[in-house]
Amino acid sequence: MMTQDVWEVIWLSLQVTTVSVLIGMLLGIPTGTFLGLYTFRGKRLVVALIYTCMGLPPVLVGVVVYMLLSRYGPLGALGLLFTPEAMIIAQIVLVTPILAGLTMSAVQAKERAYWETAKSLGASPVQMMLTIVKEARGGIWSGVAAAYGRAISEVGAVMLVGGNIEHHTRVMTTAIILETRTGNFTAGLQLGLVLLAISFLFNSFLMAGVLNQMRNGRR
Amino acid sequence: MKVARTVSSFFLLSLVLLLAACSSTPSLSTATQQVPAPEASPPASQPAPAPAPSAENKEIVLATTTSTQDSGLLDALLPEFQKQSGITVKVIAVGTGQAIKLGEEGNSDVLLVHSRKAEEEFVTKGFGINAYDVMYNQFYIVGPADDPAGIKDVQSAKDAMSRIAEKQASFVSRGDDSGTDKKEKSIWSEAQIKPEGSWYISSGQGMGETLQMADEKRAYTLTDEATFLSRKLNLEVLVQGDKSLLNPYGIIQVKSSTKPEEGMQLIQFFTGEIGQKLIGEFGKETYGKGLFVPDAKKR
Amino acid sequence: MNRVEVRNLQVSYGNKTVLAVEHASFERGRFYGIVGPSGAGKSTLLRVINLLEKPASGSLQLFGDETDLTSLSYSKGLPLQRKMGFVAQKPSMFHASVYENVSLGLRYRKREKAEIQMLVQEALDLVELSHLADQRANTLSGGEAQRIALARALVIKPKLLLLDEPTASLDPYNISIFERVIQTFHRQTNTTVLMITHNLPQARRLAQTCLFVNKGRIVEWADTDAFFNRPACIELQDFVSGRMIC
Repeated sequence: MMTQDVWEVIWLSLQVTTVSVLIGMLLGIPTGTFLGLYTFRGKRLVVALIYTCMGLPPVLVGVVVYMLLSRYGPLGALGLLFTPEAMIIAQIVLVTPILAGLTMSAVQAKERAYWETAKSLGASPVQMMLTIVKEARGGIWSGVAAAYGRAISEVGAVMLVGGNIEHHTRVMTTAIILETRTGNFTAGLQLGLVLLAISFLFNSFLMAGVLNQMRNGRR
Repeated sequence: MKVARTVSSFFLLSLVLLLAACSSTPSLSTATQQVPAPEASPPASQPAPAPAPSAENKEIVLATTTSTQDSGLLDALLPEFQKQSGITVKVIAVGTGQAIKLGEEGNSDVLLVHSRKAEEEFVTKGFGINAYDVMYNQFYIVGPADDPAGIKDVQSAKDAMSRIAEKQASFVSRGDDSGTDKKEKSIWSEAQIKPEGSWYISSGQGMGETLQMADEKRAYTLTDEATFLSRKLNLEVLVQGDKSLLNPYGIIQVKSSTKPEEGMQLIQFFTGEIGQKLIGEFGKETYGKGLFVPDAKKR
Repeated sequence: MNRVEVRNLQVSYGNKTVLAVEHASFERGRFYGIVGPSGAGKSTLLRVINLLEKPASGSLQLFGDETDLTSLSYSKGLPLQRKMGFVAQKPSMFHASVYENVSLGLRYRKREKAEIQMLVQEALDLVELSHLADQRANTLSGGEAQRIALARALVIKPKLLLLDEPTASLDPYNISIFERVIQTFHRQTNTTVLMITHNLPQARRLAQTCLFVNKGRIVEWADTDAFFNRPACIELQDFVSGRMIC
């Protein structure tokens, strides 16, 4: 691979993953907070569903999104199959349950006393969610890190719905598959290293943030 | 901060070590392995056709292209071979590029591939011996039924591809360095065209996926006959029969193989009377015509 | 209108009734001490009034209309909630500065920034901890944290102040400050105070009226002086004299 191509692939990976995780955060964090704070009828079912979806096989997600977006599928008119947008849609489906589930755990891990304190101080439902999210931020950030790691290293779904098209939908993971299949193990391994380095950097930033939090907390 | 830095460097170090450990055995882990299904073993009622007793439980690795596996050809041939010889064949079906790499690294005993240039290189570099032609199949240029580039009445593949490029009609290339991909590239260079631009889509995937993509994008593509016939898509065969669209398969023994005898047995089976007959008949039932044309000869 | 009233209150866990109050009425501006053995239902009473627990039946009137508590949603309860301040036995400080903790209730009520600054300063002065405004609240000592929790509840100027054994785990120094602060606040603002305590001398010092809660019921209700000097029921006599096994 040309150096320029490598950068292009890395850049697209980062773009797709970042956009997916950001949208996933917008959907997953409020959902998780709500589930962590309130009880309602059918909550068990919803929670069971989210926990199941946290382990969704990416390939399954890929197939479903593929069928939806296919020219012959219900959303075929949008012409989204084999575009970065399709990859983002599949990634959102993958990361949102993770973000919701881990946010829920983080919120639940916070003692009930915080909820009661905020309620006693007169928090509206929305203010309550914001307060608890802020309080549980450490746990939520690790959820974001987990989601980011999963999204950027995912290959099954993005291969199916993105199509690994050169200069268009080729990301690091699909490029690795291609390099390996064509016998360029070295190139595949190098890209794999870049992938690991990015995951590592990203997690280090997050961990640094969390550690910082904890240190401040102990001062 | 000091703690964080120590932790970071520790992680980085262990990461590097881990990778070093992984990189030493990269090839088999990514390949798909197929051990012949139970029906491969001979029925108990039949007398065993007396294979050499030492050959029982013998295994050899055949590295081949996805087309032979996906089309079902190997399922038709290998059980018969095992019945005759008692040798189990483990199939690793990958792209031609990787198949040849497997041979170079001594991770397979026999290659069954279709990229004449790469095969010859493999032999001249001293990695392979006993190279035979086995069979050939056809390539088609397929595309949407309305044929936007108007290649239906064109005879030669070269001219058809030129017209596609001229009209900038969408064309999906496999772009995965496979035999089919190399064939496509050779036609482009024959036509003295460097395919570039948004109309030229490099999928980097297998034939099936590439056909699927061509169907979705209403694009043209170059496909082997077997894969095309095994898929039901809204694509039509637009160009066929041109000499440059013939696709010869070769079978080559890996020189560093530790099981040269068994490997040779497999080669003899594929190029021998029974193997050739099976190849010729394969696909007739399902598609009404054979998918591969047997033409064994030593190179 | 000028009082806090609880009617037909019943709280059950499973089929065990832990609290049953037919009617209780608390006057505006009066300081009530609530005493009784552990597990008698004192905390439950305060938590139900503070809308932290839903009763099986019951209604609440807080200087206004009567509200049925059984069907009260979170949002519908908000206007009631915002009339009350609550301090629990253990303070839970949010992981933020002392200033942010104390100002939280005012920010929930969307007060002007300048007003918030002024009120928080005032509240911190009241609990004598204004020098800690920028410190992180989760690093405070137990006594400091409880005083901040009090400031956090007082800064919103509640009409009803609910205190659930707030000094139970404090040292004498912090207890004396805490008592001084609520007394001052009570005197200055005409707030109704309900304070649970196990410290009988404390109830004697602070409360104007005392309630004795036992086995889920309000057994005795009298002016503090009469409550301690002339307890009517035998249970209370046993409790006050320390003979009751709690």
